[in-house]
Amino acid sequence: MSTTSSRTPRYRRASLAALAVSTSLALAACGGGFEDDGSSEPASSGDGPVELQVLIASSGDAETQAVEDAAAAWAEESGNEVEVVVANDIAQQLSQGFAGGNPPDVFYVDAGVFGDYAEAGNLYPYLDQMEDADDFYPNLVETFTLDDQAYCAPKDFSTLALQINTAAWKKAGLTDADIPTTWDELQTVADKLTTPQQAGLVLGLGRDRVGAFLVQNGGFWVDSETGEATATEPSNVEALEYVQGLLDSGSAVLAPDVDAGWGGEAFGTQKAAMTIEGNWIRGAMSNDYPDVDYTVAELPEGPAGKGTLLFTQCWGISADSEDQEAAVSLVESMTSPEQQLANAEAFGVMPSRESAQADYVEQFPEDAPFIAGGEYGQGPVNLPGLGPVLADLDSQLEQIARADATEILESFQKNAEAELQ
Amino acid sequence: MSNAGSIRGGQTRAGWLFVLPTLVVLGLFLAVPVVMALWVSFTDWNGRGSPFASGVGFVGTDNYRELFGEQGGLTRADFMTSLRNNFYYVLLVVPLQTVFALFLALVLNQQMLKAVGFFRTAFYFPSVVSSVAISLVFLFLFSGGGVVNSMLETIGVDGPTWFNDSRGLLHVVGDGLGLWNAADPPSALAGGGLLGLTWWQWLSGPSVALSVIIMLVVWTTTGTFMLMFIAALQDLPVEVEEAARIDGAGRWGVFRNVTLPHLRPTMLLVTTLGLIGTWQVFDQVYVMTQGGPSKTTLTPAFLSYFYAFENQKWGVAAAMAFILFLIIFASATLQRWLFRDKDAIELKRQERRTKKARARAVAGGAA
Repeated sequence: MSTTSSRTPRYRRASLAALAVSTSLALAACGGGFEDDGSSEPASSGDGPVELQVLIASSGDAETQAVEDAAAAWAEESGNEVEVVVANDIAQQLSQGFAGGNPPDVFYVDAGVFGDYAEAGNLYPYLDQMEDADDFYPNLVETFTLDDQAYCAPKDFSTLALQINTAAWKKAGLTDADIPTTWDELQTVADKLTTPQQAGLVLGLGRDRVGAFLVQNGGFWVDSETGEATATEPSNVEALEYVQGLLDSGSAVLAPDVDAGWGGEAFGTQKAAMTIEGNWIRGAMSNDYPDVDYTVAELPEGPAGKGTLLFTQCWGISADSEDQEAAVSLVESMTSPEQQLANAEAFGVMPSRESAQADYVEQFPEDAPFIAGGEYGQGPVNLPGLGPVLADLDSQLEQIARADATEILESFQKNAEAELQ
Repeated sequence: MSNAGSIRGGQTRAGWLFVLPTLVVLGLFLAVPVVMALWVSFTDWNGRGSPFASGVGFVGTDNYRELFGEQGGLTRADFMTSLRNNFYYVLLVVPLQTVFALFLALVLNQQMLKAVGFFRTAFYFPSVVSSVAISLVFLFLFSGGGVVNSMLETIGVDGPTWFNDSRGLLHVVGDGLGLWNAADPPSALAGGGLLGLTWWQWLSGPSVALSVIIMLVVWTTTGTFMLMFIAALQDLPVEVEEAARIDGAGRWGVFRNVTLPHLRPTMLLVTTLGLIGTWQVFDQVYVMTQGGPSKTTLTPAFLSYFYAFENQKWGVAAAMAFILFLIIFASATLQRWLFRDKDAIELKRQERRTKKARARAVAGGAA
């Protein structure tokens, strides 16, 4: 009895000590590993072949194949090696790389996370080293610019446009001349297209659809140049109220109201005669709803003129990469006009270079309304730190049909200002 | 004594050598990450390089204050919303899954039942299927035009659009009973509030969307806990039950006074595991709703992931994780206390009292 009771404390102390030792050893090991990478100078790639790692978030086999082929072609020509990895969850995989000091050399960066990555110092600004960098659409370059520093080359882009169901259009007695070019006309045709079985217009949820109306009215959630929130400008309230008017009149519905996950689904199942979606709707329509005929038009002009939203990603190069020169060369070959046209063919994205525009329109004439948006489109909010604020905005916009437009904008303004100080 | 000590000393060394691999592995994969996360929760680390590097700023309790203080703003509102959702989730899931599991175990433990193996497998099946796969199936079942709504339609009920429905159940029920108008909440509740949410928001109950997740989780976890109850029930000797019967106890009496007390340790295990699991719910939210509609399925675990991996706010995210740990720790402790064996404690106390009394009597006798 006495031996056990005297032994217990000793045992405890020893085990605690052992745990502490192993913990501190392991911590030391981790710390060492991290710091090595942080301090090392990026070496030049001039001497000898290098091995680049490319991490992509692929939309499917077609995209993976196209990127792999292009990477292999570059590797062949330059005598280097490239490994293309398809991410399951690119945000998480990149975070691991950044924290561990060994991120992939080249990776996709979505416009929405660009600001956070750039501010944290994870991205290597290389755009000024690229040949023909001024050939990229200025709006896209602007999207990947933080504090007057352009970081990375836009990979490709998408824009929003208006899709119209041909059969419903004819049935309502409308002609090509009736394609809406103003807000009033949009309301008029939506009214005419509305039947008990079919809504005139269906809108997807969130800022990435509603935002187009703000741009058409000369406003936006934030001003990325001054880095300030501008949501409470009267023009934005007007734009939201116009959307609420559309929804109130019953001619427009939100996708969940007709049990659809997004605008394209409601449009494909013919629950609505028009929708506002990006060029990704092409693939969905030809795969899932091949029998639905439709045309695409540019979005109608608002009081302040034409406006649409741009969606884009860029080729990020890691600030920790040891082969940045080779990485820039790889990105150059990935964004050449020829390669971008090949990508367009393979998985339906639009080239981010203006010089490729003419060839693209020639190849895909029916996509002219989409690519026209490249000239006047507005990129996503790219200021750092706003992720939760934007998520909150989206969550409030779910209730846009019933909510007070001013309240939504004021709450966004308040939250964004707190974050941007 | 010294001789014995040296022999035992050798044994101790050998013992340590044997447990060393486990200690190293545990330390590396458990202690180190926990210590690192705790450190991160006190810094402004932005996810680049080591959190122990020199450039990382120590910000004291700023991250924690952002979760509870006035300056938190949106972060605090998000976190409180997630705690509210998870609280209602725990409140419903833990009792439901425990009761169902016990009920199924009692049914399967009857000697009369034929094809016990079949039923046991059938009930256990949902627990071994991947939660992601089941989540996807539920997404289809509960879509607006899905199977569930079609079935409701045949009995004349117009089902909700489940995963798009952010109305709180308590709001809906109160509205139905005429207690309040959900579209125009009473100002007594909507006016005041606590920690960034109004009383009206705190009292929403689980949303319709969250209720679907609750149903799913109860359905998938009941099987696992049923197995634990069955194992415990099979430990209960039939003779004890028979003896109780002979003493005149009815079915209910046997269950209340013999079976249930026997199941107390298993009940503690099941409810504790349930409590820990439900506070940490993540997969279903990640796969099915991503926190929507209107943040009514947001949970602390998912919010922490969202703040860290998608918004690079690592410090706040780590702080959330530690608050969640404290909540789980506190509720598990409370539960152990509630489930303590009062009879055994009383018995021990009496023993001690008699011992003392005897010692005093002996001392008195000597004097």
